[in-house]
Amino acid sequence: MAFHFPKPTPEQSTTTADAGLADSHHHERPRGLMRWVLTTSHKEIGSLYLIFSLTMFFIGGIFALVVRAELFQPGLQLVEPEFFNQMTTMHGLIMVFGAVMPAFVGLANWMVPLQIGAPDMALPRLNNFSFWLLPVAFTLLLSTLFMPGGAPNFGWTFYAPLSTTYAPPSTTFFILSLHLAGISSILGAINIIATILNLRAPGMRMMDMPLFVWTWLITAFLLIAVMPVLAGVITMMLMDINFGTSFFSAAGGGDPVLFQHLFWFFGHPEVYILILPAFGIVSAIIPTFARKRLFGYASMVYATASIAILSFLVWAHHMFVVGLPLVAELFFMYATMLIAVPTGVKVFNWITTLFRGSITFEPPMLFALAFVVLFTIGGFSGLMLAIAPADFQYHDTYFVVAHFHYVLVPGAVFAIMAAVYYWLPKWTGHYPHERLSQVHFWLSVIGVNLTFFPMHFSGLAGMPRRIPDYALQFADFNMVSSLGALLYGASQLVFVLVIVMCVRGGKKAPAKAWEGAEDLEWSVPSPAPLHTFETPPNFERPVH
Amino acid sequence: MTQPNRDDHGAKKGVRRTVVRTVAALAGMFAFAFALVPLYDVFCEVTGINGKTNSSAQAVIHEEVDESRMITVQFITRGSSGLPWELDVESRQVRVHPGQTNEVNFTFHNRSDNSSWGRAVPSVSPSNASLHLRKVTCFCFEEQHLQPGERIEAPLVFQLTRDLPPEIKTVTLVYTLYPVAHKNEPLQAQVTIGKGDEA
Ligand code: HEM
Ligand SMILES: [Cu+2]
Repeated sequence: MAFHFPKPTPEQSTTTADAGLADSHHHERPRGLMRWVLTTSHKEIGSLYLIFSLTMFFIGGIFALVVRAELFQPGLQLVEPEFFNQMTTMHGLIMVFGAVMPAFVGLANWMVPLQIGAPDMALPRLNNFSFWLLPVAFTLLLSTLFMPGGAPNFGWTFYAPLSTTYAPPSTTFFILSLHLAGISSILGAINIIATILNLRAPGMRMMDMPLFVWTWLITAFLLIAVMPVLAGVITMMLMDINFGTSFFSAAGGGDPVLFQHLFWFFGHPEVYILILPAFGIVSAIIPTFARKRLFGYASMVYATASIAILSFLVWAHHMFVVGLPLVAELFFMYATMLIAVPTGVKVFNWITTLFRGSITFEPPMLFALAFVVLFTIGGFSGLMLAIAPADFQYHDTYFVVAHFHYVLVPGAVFAIMAAVYYWLPKWTGHYPHERLSQVHFWLSVIGVNLTFFPMHFSGLAGMPRRIPDYALQFADFNMVSSLGALLYGASQLVFVLVIVMCVRGGKKAPAKAWEGAEDLEWSVPSPAPLHTFETPPNFERPVH
Repeated sequence: MTQPNRDDHGAKKGVRRTVVRTVAALAGMFAFAFALVPLYDVFCEVTGINGKTNSSAQAVIHEEVDESRMITVQFITRGSSGLPWELDVESRQVRVHPGQTNEVNFTFHNRSDNSSWGRAVPSVSPSNASLHLRKVTCFCFEEQHLQPGERIEAPLVFQLTRDLPPEIKTVTLVYTLYPVAHKNEPLQAQVTIGKGDEA
């Protein structure tokens, strides 16, 4: 493994990005395409991650629109049920592993070194490798759509034996692609931990780190803890399918319920992997635009850590109806409700930060505020689902779909978009177009709520998830959902337009692009030059 | 802070240490995932969760028969798509006293023209009854081999112990037939992970 540290001497100050490739101090950076293929700059790799994620967001979005189009009316009209199942499955897999996770890793790549005053990530070449695993993984995953028997069709949770005994032949490729994506996340996590623990500016203690760095550090530990379990589960599936073992097959002494335990032991911490960095982003944006210091910095750190620890003790709330003994139902019910406490601490801290602030509503702030409100709705529906006896009614209905889309779309995705609007001036040197950003924001908010709010009702009324047809009484709710989804999807084109315009020009941004922004990244010029903090900055501790 | 320079050497060592530790943690968690498989089985068997019954014969406990209680024991037998067998039981339901030893006969019938190996895998419901169900003799402890058209009778001798929780009035035993694939094709490698001989 190669370790590369740029020396903070002036002569070498141009070599950060590619010193890993050559020893000489003065040499040409590769040009054109090769520049991107071989880059070891955390900024360029960050951009690659973000562009990749946006691409996946649109591909996954198109799959979702196929699903919503079929569900626009009751009855089967557009697609075969088999294809419908492939669409729900691929949508979930791509959004979770291809869009949200890489977006957060991209943001970490860009911002963690800048926020802690490091010249680059600790392991720049490994960083390049972990990015390039992703296009390979997802090309492979998408290629299963064209294979005989079709793409995976067993849901993003790929329960055995549906994903083993009854799975299409492409499942082996699905497993391989998930392995690659998992290795990519693991390598990314190692890199982020190594960077945060070892490359902080002199004088910056752990409790001085911005919350985005803190939440990512904790997320990276979660990744280290659970990605190997995911790797283990899919390896067992691979062996059951191809090598005649029976981990999950009752015929050979295995147990399908074991699959669910293992999957959710990974899966629940995974949902926090998808939300903790979002907490960090919102904790950066709200103080900036409220022009107040974040209320309860230390409690935010402890709340994040408690959420992470508790997330290992609640996995069976996804399995209430699988036939757990009563004590287990009770244990997982109370443990799940307990998580709402640190989550509530965070929400209250954000609100208290806003209280008596001098608030302005720039685009990042709009998304961050919408996050606080709409994520909390998702938290509340989560609490309803946590009530074991009630979950017997809600489980596998659209109510669950409503819950996790509220925490993931106006939760994780809005936070990512808030982060993009917040840091675009640092990345491009230009402010995003204000009017268009507002258009994007309002269309997104309306679209998201039109799509997912009615799902609460259809779910409570008993509409099952993952079925291409439904009873007539759900028709109105579904029509609204489908129209909302179309609106939400189309309005993301505005987002792309804003980004493209911002890269190409726009109002010039100074180093400190937002008046109330205090972290280290605002001390380097906008756009951030390729090399920053070659000489570590003098970190001045803000008075807490 | 006298010298704002990052201590490069120290950082390098720190990174190496972080990498070694995280990689060790990764390996540990991967192993843990596989360790959970046997742990899960042990856990289920010890606690009787999941309706898993003991996988080997148990001795009868000699205790006084509890004449005051009658428990209904139901038997459900199921075939499987991969195995052209039928499993039948002489009576679908028996009424027994706790403490008493009972015998019920099952019939395996191979309806195909090929000989094959199979096994009946049991499951008990409610699952908390499984700790109180003692099987003295059971065909489910081993795999069966049937010639084309062959029919064999196999007994189940069991006892419900007196400490069966009072709220349990009915115990259902489900036997599901499964093919034992590797026995049919002796050339194929014999890979059985987990506990191949689950009761
Ligand atoms: C207050 C916090 C939360 C509570 C109490 C909670 C509770 C639950 C429960 C009980 C379920 C299972 C419902 C069922 O299948 O019957 C569930 C499903 C789910 N939750 Fe949450 N949740 C919370 C927060 C979150 C967050 C922050 C995320 C992700 C960012 C999330 C993502 C999901 C997902 C993806 C599912 C569905 C998985 C599936 O079956 O496909 N939840 N939640
Ligand atoms: Cu969960």
